[in-house]
Amino acid sequence: MNAPLQGHAASNPVASTQALLAVDNVSLEYRTPQRVVRATHQVSFEIDPADRFVLLGPSGCGKSTLLKAAAGFIAPSEGEIRLQGQRVDGPGPDRIVVFQEFDQLPPWKTVKQNVMFPLLASRTLNKKDAEERALHYLEKVGLAAFADAYPHTLSGGMKARVAIARALAMQPKILLMDEPFAALDALTRRKMQEELLLLWEEVRFTLLFVTHSIEEALVVGNRILLLSPHPGRVRAEVHSHQYDLQSLGGVAFQESARRIHRLLFDEGQSPETERDHDFNDIRIAY
Amino acid sequence: MSQPSSVRQEFETVLEPLTSVPLERELPLAQRLWQQGWLRKSLILILLAILWEVIARVQNNDLLLPSFLQTGHALYDGLLSGELLGKVWISLVVLIKGYLIGIVLAFALTTLAVSTQFGRDLLSTLTSMFNPLPAIALLPLALLWFGLGQNSLIFVLVHSVLWALALNTYAGFLGVSETLRMAGRNYGLKGMRFVLFILIPAALPSILAGLKIGWAFAWRTLIAAELVFGATSGKGGLGWYIFQNRNELYTDKVFAGLAVVILIGLLVENLVFDTLERVTVKRWGMQR
Repeated sequence: MNAPLQGHAASNPVASTQALLAVDNVSLEYRTPQRVVRATHQVSFEIDPADRFVLLGPSGCGKSTLLKAAAGFIAPSEGEIRLQGQRVDGPGPDRIVVFQEFDQLPPWKTVKQNVMFPLLASRTLNKKDAEERALHYLEKVGLAAFADAYPHTLSGGMKARVAIARALAMQPKILLMDEPFAALDALTRRKMQEELLLLWEEVRFTLLFVTHSIEEALVVGNRILLLSPHPGRVRAEVHSHQYDLQSLGGVAFQESARRIHRLLFDEGQSPETERDHDFNDIRIAY
Repeated sequence: MSQPSSVRQEFETVLEPLTSVPLERELPLAQRLWQQGWLRKSLILILLAILWEVIARVQNNDLLLPSFLQTGHALYDGLLSGELLGKVWISLVVLIKGYLIGIVLAFALTTLAVSTQFGRDLLSTLTSMFNPLPAIALLPLALLWFGLGQNSLIFVLVHSVLWALALNTYAGFLGVSETLRMAGRNYGLKGMRFVLFILIPAALPSILAGLKIGWAFAWRTLIAAELVFGATSGKGGLGWYIFQNRNELYTDKVFAGLAVVILIGLLVENLVFDTLERVTVKRWGMQR
């Protein structure tokens, strides 16, 4: 039962006194009209400040559900989630979510108004300060020239950038990203990963990132939590701080990718299978 | 990799700046004019007017079908003497009162419906009961309750606006994407603020459609109700004008009254609602 916890402890020998976000033995269930389905089973992990923590698993393993629980949209049926020791019991602006869907940006607001929206809605800043901060973060993601454009006139990558600027402008305690680049084309996705890492270098925000792409997990994260197929349980934690976009296609990178693939799909006995794995866009040279 | 038997040569070209061909050019004048919706629609109206004039002249019976020009004359006289404008004013005041009350009630009902199960059940039961019921059928009852006067008219107007608008608004609220809802809740929006800042703007295309339908229903109901008992404290509206002139066999004035009903409908549709759509949902890319 506690095996995942041991794995986690081993990777973090100097356990910090308090993690920023603690997910403690959390089981999540969702209801259909006929039955109750268990999405994740007793998942535990801790995210430290400035971590780029990735939840990785096959589709249907409950990784998005976990992120929504951390955001406060879903209450765990067992266990609890704590943000700086405080129990999470509802959505709030201290945890901003970046979604995958493009319609996360209200179409009736311009780019600038979109970035200002959470600041004003949560009454964090007054209008003048919010505008100033919105422009500052739009500058950071390179969209200052589009401040007065409406979202429907932007490309997918630009919409994703607006969503990131909007999240960062709130300066949340933790940024929750739910497959934010999954709907983008491969080249744009690569560019967005690079920009996200550059922003992280600059701002050092704490990130919880959900993805189903092994390659994206290795590039974006410094710690990767692997979840088993449905229902999601913790399979392993893998370090990936040594990799960035430059390591794509390198030997060590490939090795890690293969190891993760093995862990996720339990091909334990035949490590050197002849077929090369079908990673998402792994062959596109940077 | 096996090679195909014949291999095409690879090549690269150097691209000079393209200056010999203009990158954009204007459409011919006729095509540009044809793009204007109002021009096309005016053409249709002119064709209809000519058709009307021809049929009326062939028929040659003023009492049954006055010609387009006769109607235009009656309309001109009515407007000039101020009689018609006075009637329009009386009708519009009642209409707008009923319309506004209907809108407020519809929003109260749908807000209740999105926030509680009871509200949902209430809305669906009431709309399925009352939406199919023609507002005019309630007029006898309204007269009994509120007497011969404005209040009875307002009652049936509210009835005609409320259900259509509530149905559309509620459908619009239900159609708001889950992502947008979660984003709103993520920023701490709850209750009324959530409805105001997320649901209403996101559902605006449906709400506008509901407002349009509500307006048409209300206008129709009003004219019909005025035909039944036009006079409110001695002064009747547009419906009463039509009814009275038919009794006195001024058919051209009847047509003038009908033309005003149509004109007001067109004006509201094309000026008010089209402008509303252009500066909101069309500008935001929510509707083509």
